[in-house]
Amino acid sequence: MSTFLGMPSLPVFGSGNLHAAESFPKAAHRELGNAQLRANLGHATHTIRDKRLQVVSELPDWEQLRDAGSAIKESVMARLPELLEQFEQNFTARGGVIHWARDASEANEIVAGLIRDTGETEVVKVKSMATQEIGLNEYLEEQGIAAFETDLAELIVQLDHDKPSHILVPAIHKNRTEIRDIFLREMPGADPELTDNPAVLAMAARAHLRRKFLTAKVAVSGANFALADSGTLAVVESEGNGRMCLTLPETLITVMGVEKLLPSWQDLEVFMQLLPRSSTGERMNPYTSLWTGVTEGDGPQNVHLVLLDNGRSAALADEMGRSALHCIRCSACMNVCPVYERTGGHAYGSTYPGPIGAILSPLLTGIESEENSSLPYASSLCGACYDACPVKINIPDILVHLRSVDVDSQRGKKKLPSQMDVGMSAASWALSSGKRLGLLERGLPLGRLAAGRDKKIKKLPGIAAGWTQSRDIPAPPAQSFRNWWAKERQGAEQHGGKTQDTTQNEETGA
Amino acid sequence: MRIALFATCIVDAMYPRTAQATVSILERLGHEVVFPAGQACCGQMHVNSGYLKEAVPVVANHVDAFDTEEYDVAVAPSGSCVASVKHQHPMVARSCGDTALETRAAAVGARTYELSELLVDVLGVTDAGAQLGSYFPHRVTYHPSCHGMRLLRLGDRQSRLLRTVAGIDLVDLPEADQCCGFGGTFSIKNADVSSAMLEDKAANIRTTGAELCTGGDASCLMHIGGGLSRQGSNVTTLHLAEILASTMGAPASVTGDVHVSTGKATR
Amino acid sequence: MSAREDILGRIRSALRDAPVAPEIPREYRATSELDQDALVHLLSDRLVDYKARVSVVAAADVPARIAELLADVGSYVAPEGLDAAWVTESDARRRVDSAAAPLSVAELDGIGAVVTGSAAAVAETGTIILDGSPNQGRRAISLVPDHHICVVNAADIAGILPESLRRIDGTRPLTLISGPSATSDIELERVEGVHGPRILDVIIGR
Repeated sequence: MSTFLGMPSLPVFGSGNLHAAESFPKAAHRELGNAQLRANLGHATHTIRDKRLQVVSELPDWEQLRDAGSAIKESVMARLPELLEQFEQNFTARGGVIHWARDASEANEIVAGLIRDTGETEVVKVKSMATQEIGLNEYLEEQGIAAFETDLAELIVQLDHDKPSHILVPAIHKNRTEIRDIFLREMPGADPELTDNPAVLAMAARAHLRRKFLTAKVAVSGANFALADSGTLAVVESEGNGRMCLTLPETLITVMGVEKLLPSWQDLEVFMQLLPRSSTGERMNPYTSLWTGVTEGDGPQNVHLVLLDNGRSAALADEMGRSALHCIRCSACMNVCPVYERTGGHAYGSTYPGPIGAILSPLLTGIESEENSSLPYASSLCGACYDACPVKINIPDILVHLRSVDVDSQRGKKKLPSQMDVGMSAASWALSSGKRLGLLERGLPLGRLAAGRDKKIKKLPGIAAGWTQSRDIPAPPAQSFRNWWAKERQGAEQHGGKTQDTTQNEETGA
Repeated sequence: MRIALFATCIVDAMYPRTAQATVSILERLGHEVVFPAGQACCGQMHVNSGYLKEAVPVVANHVDAFDTEEYDVAVAPSGSCVASVKHQHPMVARSCGDTALETRAAAVGARTYELSELLVDVLGVTDAGAQLGSYFPHRVTYHPSCHGMRLLRLGDRQSRLLRTVAGIDLVDLPEADQCCGFGGTFSIKNADVSSAMLEDKAANIRTTGAELCTGGDASCLMHIGGGLSRQGSNVTTLHLAEILASTMGAPASVTGDVHVSTGKATR
Repeated sequence: MSAREDILGRIRSALRDAPVAPEIPREYRATSELDQDALVHLLSDRLVDYKARVSVVAAADVPARIAELLADVGSYVAPEGLDAAWVTESDARRRVDSAAAPLSVAELDGIGAVVTGSAAAVAETGTIILDGSPNQGRRAISLVPDHHICVVNAADIAGILPESLRRIDGTRPLTLISGPSATSDIELERVEGVHGPRILDVIIGR
């Protein structure tokens, strides 16, 4: 057991594909202009949302499972150092090798080194968020190592030289015809008669990858869960590409964030009920593989695990935000998010899109990194994500928390306060006294002047212009409720009790 | 019962009739309504925009105004503002280290109700037509606002009340549970996404053939109504308090100026 | 400082507020109340929903059912520990995979089907668990051939996942199978049969 010595260190943030290079509103504006994208996303998110609701409603104890899942993850965070050491001990005792990576580049170097040691220049890959996050494929390519994505959607994205836009269905933004065209253009030996029937396309992917699976010597994967008390790793998948990669090669290299641990085997019964129903909307995914180190005569004989920090310890240091690390990457939050549904995943810049991405990315990188400070604002705070989250991450509360971290980080830095700063200060002054608000409300008739003949305000200046780009504002009333009440009720009371049945004073009419 | 009205800043300044309607409903049920004069705003806009420091005086003002023995329960015609009072105020007080304020905020939050919640859970209203004289002969659709639905878990309280209004033709809104895209400063900071959400909400409302869309939050209704107006639609929005307050003798008009009786109607 | 010490140090530092690990509320279901008929019925129903093929037969009829399913198969692989009564030893189409003489991946790829037993099954989720016991063999043999014939003993079916997992040794190489290989990656439309066996035949013997 190592002990904690010295001063608490400053958080060390993560690197890799976690940064938004442009602000969310700007990226969203561009993505919203793509009608095909919106149609594809609308169709896909609605389909998966309905499936999820149906299979979740089948379980009488769904809320109890969520409660258990949430508490288990909270417990993991509280006990993380101890559980990591326990996992390491068990995994190592069974023939696995553990590597620790502080950040994306260290993880990439470790993986490349392990591949080089095998003498191979090709690897097959199981879909993994962690390796997307660290940009492993790009790094390996620079090192002369070809990484073949084997999940159908990842394959589509890789062939198209695109980026995933969803953590579960990375090609959710493409429809069948677009995918057929990508295959025809990029897949060596694709049948020119290929139709856009999904079954036909899936068979084309099978044929394309079969040889790779059967001959690959090295595979790279992520992991969905790691059980501390046994040193067991788990991968949850559907197509069998995971089983191929995890079973047939001689060497298996898994990259996993340190937060993926579960304390014990018993906890798996909770998460294997929560995850499939929340992610694909199935009662159970077709295949789950579990392995504990090396098993003689069965599966890879060289088994490695790279434990990745890359900003997770920094996220953990944020007491309000740390529960973002409870995420099991099911994607339920993005499937129910009205913002994600319209912009798609690319607008979020990072590997992690949608509501969870809007909190996780800035927590991993620090809110001041590139344009990530715009991510916590990419939500109307409707709360659908919190309801859908199988481990009950209170995403709306963390979004609000990160907004305050952002606002505070800007204070004093700017020479001039922004329009928003000025407006918020003024509003704070006006709205912290009934008297002041009442006085200001006496100016409401001025607003009536601003409205046209049709009693609508159609254009506001400055930052408020965003409102009037698609909405009118009604002309304000001649008199506020407060001032009406003071005159009609309190005034009347002072003059001898309650008045008669008051019909509304004409003055308040709009 | 003595009931303190928390009008909320937007209703106070922009939709006084909603507050008058709320008063009218409660008085018809025989309760006394008081208006704590110091009240202003719940501070939700500040909190949700990240201006926690600026939210503190707003929250403190609300707690000062409502931390009195002058009333039994407080009510606001807004799910969102009530959710803020209940969930955000103690958090804001904690964030500035004011434990006394935190305790008082929690106590105020505990006796603050959203209108439909008060009517159904506390005042026992099961039939608006019979108990309040509510009469509203119009085709209406209903948008359940996010915070009432997900933070307060209002369930079907609002729609149940609406359904019992005499003469009403209440039609279901497709995709009703989807956010209208308001989200406070979200509608300004992410105006494009907000507009896209609003577009879909407005389209769903139009498919119902309703004359107007009602709901429990003036801010969402202002957003939806502003969108419908910009699109040149004749469909308008009206707060559910005004529908409940509308009677045969003093009907709420949906086309011109609305006249609502704030007096005691026959019960 | 090594990366390991560095990371563990950062994590300890991040937890300097000393959060307390909560009690885990385990109020979710741990058992189901279904009898064997109901379990068999539910498992069949769920597997069929995933487009697996299911037959329920008397334990004594398992060999006959296997033979029927193998009728059109040119060759098949069986783990060394498969119940001797299930396949005919003299069948020329049979290839045995053993620790002493494992088949190569290329050999497995040339074989049409695989016959295995199973360790457990979960009715509610339509899941079969293989744990690498002698009657199931190593993972590769139930993966590479395109047709998996899997025998489930009715007595091994549990109602819900916790019941089954609690009967399993988590440190064995495990595969949880719920229907044949499938994908929903194109427009969320489910397509059965990608890389894993495209045909899954489940024989429930009781």
